[in-house]
Amino acid sequence: MEFISFFLEPLQYSFMFKAVVVSTIVGIACAILSCFLILKGWSLLGDAISHAILPGVVLAYMIGIPFGAGAFAFAMLAVFLIGFIRNNTKIKEDAIMGIVFTTLFALGLMLISKIISSVDLTHVLFGEVLGISDESAWYTFGILSVVSIIVLIFRKIFLVFCFDPIHAQSLGQPVKFIHYAFLSLLAIVITGSIQTVGIILVIAMLITPGSTAFLLTKRFSTMLMIAISISVISSLIGAYSSYYFNIATGGTIVFVQGCIFLSVFAYQTIQNKKRLHTKIVGN
Amino acid sequence: MSAPVIELKNVTVRYGANIALKNASIAIPENSFSGVIGMNGAGKSTVFKAIMGLVTPESGTITVCGDDPKTAQKHGHVAYVPQNELVDWDFPVSVYEVVMMGRIGTQNIFKYASAVDHEAVATALERVNMTAFKNRQIGELSGGQKKRVFVARALAQGADILLLDEPFAGLDAKTERSLIELFISLKDAGKTIIIATHDLLSLPDTCDHVALVKSTIIAYGPTKEVFTRELVEQTFDGILHHVKF
Repeated sequence: MEFISFFLEPLQYSFMFKAVVVSTIVGIACAILSCFLILKGWSLLGDAISHAILPGVVLAYMIGIPFGAGAFAFAMLAVFLIGFIRNNTKIKEDAIMGIVFTTLFALGLMLISKIISSVDLTHVLFGEVLGISDESAWYTFGILSVVSIIVLIFRKIFLVFCFDPIHAQSLGQPVKFIHYAFLSLLAIVITGSIQTVGIILVIAMLITPGSTAFLLTKRFSTMLMIAISISVISSLIGAYSSYYFNIATGGTIVFVQGCIFLSVFAYQTIQNKKRLHTKIVGN
Repeated sequence: MSAPVIELKNVTVRYGANIALKNASIAIPENSFSGVIGMNGAGKSTVFKAIMGLVTPESGTITVCGDDPKTAQKHGHVAYVPQNELVDWDFPVSVYEVVMMGRIGTQNIFKYASAVDHEAVATALERVNMTAFKNRQIGELSGGQKKRVFVARALAQGADILLLDEPFAGLDAKTERSLIELFISLKDAGKTIIIATHDLLSLPDTCDHVALVKSTIIAYGPTKEVFTRELVEQTFDGILHHVKF
């Protein structure tokens, strides 16, 4: 009984209810995307996008449009800049990403220092889900639900796109469109998640659950389910920790995810050693 | 010999400032087994990409099964079997799922498999003797089995033409032999097989036609006529002591 009230009691406060709902949907959306992202080898690109959206958030705040719109515009700008420079120089892609995202991030910091208070800066960089407004909460919930559903419905074609894009293209599939559609969905998820975990840590939400699940299974459908479970559990731990212990939500979520990853890794490494040992002794 | 199933006429392909293929012409007959040879960077993969419709030539025309390459894509006429080293073998997909990917051209946008799709996959797996391995993750296979999975994907696709990039790279002689038997049996069943290969030693026993590529197609024709010391040494810019002609 006490156990149940531990979970239910905080929910009577609307700020906590919103925080739980938003963290859960953020966890689900990020987990789904993470499975594709790590298989495609786009982890660094996710990091680049998440940093590059900072000036978009600030500009949106200045002109009074939803900051999702500004963030999305700068995410796309970063993607196109990276692609354009890569196609026209001999510089390697990782270096180009590094240049593009730090430059845009720096622009964001410049704008912030001139315009917004340092409290707001902290919220953008590190997230503040307990302070989320009704409007933002519904917006986040709506848009991340839609993205999650879209990715799940079209998961087969996204999977082929990750596995063998040349095959898809040779059958007349619109690979370029799928490429940009996936990047757009990624940008939307990052934008929707920064209120909860912040710009700096959102990339962890987009890499860690998928990576942990990848260690645990050889089936993609199972990988999706494991990633979502890990991510949602971590999000809930994050939200309740904020409530009971007054710890940063974003930090807690990402730390828990990291601990789960390391535990799985350690367990598997020990198991493999044991198996090897048994084999040698057996022989 | 029957009508050409693939025809390139004076095709020039350019990547930026580099000309990858200049004025290349070839007419590959239906139901043939062709080997494409040439040095690294000679343009073998550009020839493949042109046939698959992945590059647009600057000039010249390409015909695949009577259609232009883009239309041929829609019909799934051409299937590509990648080099083993270019595939992510840790990818969490089973043999069955990979072969099912051959069906995406005919499925609706959600790519859900119908009974017809499942039947095509089952038939393709049976044809390459991989039914027993259908639930394996693709990394849990030997080199030859890995190749067979992608050949099955091509069959499930219903392709008439199979393009294989270095299909024997890294395989032992026995595995290579059994794959060659598979390819020949597919050819006998009406497929057109085209392989890009570095294996000059086994080529005369394997392929009935040979294409020599060096920035263009130097020569193409029946192996006996084209696979001569003079032409092959011209293709590779040197003397080839180890090859018997």
